[in-house]
Amino acid sequence: MNVMTEGVAAPLPYSNLDTDQIMPKQFLRIIDKAGLDKGLLYDLRFDEAGAPRPDCVLNQPAYAGASILVAGPNFGCGSSREHAVWGLQQFGIRAVIASSFGEIFYFNALNNGLLLVTLPPAEVDALLAKVSNTAAAGANRVGIDVMAGQVRAADGWIAHFELPARHRSMFAQGQDMVGATLQQLPEVERFEARHWARFPWMKDVARQVRDRLDAHDNERR
Amino acid sequence: MPGMTLYDKLVASHEVARIDAEHVLLYVDLHIMNEYTSPQAFSGLAARGRDVLRPGQQMAVVDHIIPTHPVPSALRVIADDASSRQALNLKRNCDTQHIALFDTTDPLQGIEHVIAPEHGMILPGMVVLCGDSHTTTYGALGALGFGIGTSEVEHILATQTLVYRVARNMRIRIGGALPAHVSAKDLVIYLVHRIGAQGARGHAVEFCGEAVAALSAEARMTLCNMTVEAGARAALIAPDAVTDAYVTAHAPQLRGALLDEARAWWATLRSDDDARFDVEHAFDASRIAPFVTWGTSPDQAMPVDGAVPDPRDEPDALARLALEKAMDYIGLAAGAPIAGVPIDRVFIGSCTNGRIEDLRVVADLARGKQVAAGVRAMVVPGSGAVRAQAEAEGLAADLIAAGFEWRQPGCSMCLAMNDDVLRPGERCASTTNRNFEGRQGRAGRTHLMSPAMAAAAALAGRIVDVRTWGDAK
Repeated sequence: MNVMTEGVAAPLPYSNLDTDQIMPKQFLRIIDKAGLDKGLLYDLRFDEAGAPRPDCVLNQPAYAGASILVAGPNFGCGSSREHAVWGLQQFGIRAVIASSFGEIFYFNALNNGLLLVTLPPAEVDALLAKVSNTAAAGANRVGIDVMAGQVRAADGWIAHFELPARHRSMFAQGQDMVGATLQQLPEVERFEARHWARFPWMKDVARQVRDRLDAHDNERR
Repeated sequence: MPGMTLYDKLVASHEVARIDAEHVLLYVDLHIMNEYTSPQAFSGLAARGRDVLRPGQQMAVVDHIIPTHPVPSALRVIADDASSRQALNLKRNCDTQHIALFDTTDPLQGIEHVIAPEHGMILPGMVVLCGDSHTTTYGALGALGFGIGTSEVEHILATQTLVYRVARNMRIRIGGALPAHVSAKDLVIYLVHRIGAQGARGHAVEFCGEAVAALSAEARMTLCNMTVEAGARAALIAPDAVTDAYVTAHAPQLRGALLDEARAWWATLRSDDDARFDVEHAFDASRIAPFVTWGTSPDQAMPVDGAVPDPRDEPDALARLALEKAMDYIGLAAGAPIAGVPIDRVFIGSCTNGRIEDLRVVADLARGKQVAAGVRAMVVPGSGAVRAQAEAEGLAADLIAAGFEWRQPGCSMCLAMNDDVLRPGERCASTTNRNFEGRQGRAGRTHLMSPAMAAAAALAGRIVDVRTWGDAK
């Protein structure tokens, strides 16, 4: 994700568009991240025979190559599946604009550099109306400037958004979060020493329980 | 300085470092993994030559993709190649990294959120994370639990910590007593309906009040489990005598001086009298009826004697569209009563309602009766231990005699990743947690309800009011 993005924005005016719908179950039986572009919003995009549904904006010529979604409230609620974010990105989506996002989805997007822009409901409504206009060529194009916190419609309409500084830099540059935290490992180890001295029963809790169950199982044999 | 909430205390006691005004580096006591949200995390580690930092704090289980056919545990197989690959991959990752695993043929295999508490892995005051949104379940035992994504799974594997944005505090007080035949499931569907699918978004919700105090530990798990359907980041109930009894019965590793120490800490795990909550709600349990969802979002629900709302009464355009879309999908008209709607399938199970108390309720209603003609009713216990317990108590025999399918444990038709799937148009009375479009199968229609209501629906062949249905017979 760069700090600026500009492209065709597709309207998905559905409330609570959950991650089950964004990435249905049949595409989750993988151990890598491949092929998720095909599964994106599958039931919305394809009928039961697998043919593209003409009523879906993502199948309409006016929205070909869409790289931005303008969606209803609570986009990405439900299941924690990060496959939803991977699928959006593989499909070519670089940003989603909505009045709110599911909490786990928000952080999944952040960790992958998929830009999420939160605008007040009235501004999302206004933008939905603008990008739904397919009569005028280019009317559904939207620009987003992350550093300036601006969403700009083709007609010059502008909305402002704010991101926490940390999230702004993550969306803009991405970050090896694991690598960053590994730099703090001595601090983690000092914490653990204190924590386990205070709560010794929490140390190796999973291993302790599994060993107990295995010992019990062996006794029964 | 104002007092601290229970949530504040749990975060503070696990804060390795403060990152900025909103974020902390949070220590994770127990990390639970399944076969479908962890593979890419292990691959990510391997790609950078990183190892699992604390194998003893990790547990894994095959639960989402496993078939539930009623064959003996030792003979369970995963026929689907891709699903089988996920299970084998999890085993390889756990073997390589020395992580405790509950594998496909393990007689103790089950749903992650059922087996972790039942074997004493969840204790008050812990932070427990998992790549699954229903990790909020553990708040029932006074542990901070919430779901995370796969990138975060990788972060925990490598560092045993999470970069975490601290949530806001919400308190929901439930006064009064739940009426007969009204359960924690009805309570939580009611709450989600009242505050909405994003009513608790960004908040850690602490439950309190007489009705909550009166719930069993398992019923509290049902309540905290589904609080995520209101968008909550976490759900919590302060540990009390009910919690203590459950935990000491399930965690034999805590005995003697260790238990005394633990109890002294648990006694401090409550919100201070002068703690401030960002949002407070209060509800009266005595006014709650059995609740059923009519639509495709868990907040689209109503009392069993209610009727489908009319979208024309909704002033907001997006909200009106959502109602119309849900009605179209679910095949019910505005003003239609929910009671009397015929059903094709019944699903009893899931991390919401797959525990022994749930199965007892179902067996009590089913005993000596028959599943209605034309209805296929499945009971999928939450774990091997629950299944064995139900068999020992004779519940399984009663259910089988009544015409229910008695199956092996797993997530099953809650999300239909295995071969338990609704066919297009089939209508299902389900004890699960999500009625999303396509969740239980493409074009399948889900009505969420309590185990008692689902059992009554199975026997009646239609949605009925369990409070009066028995009398009418």
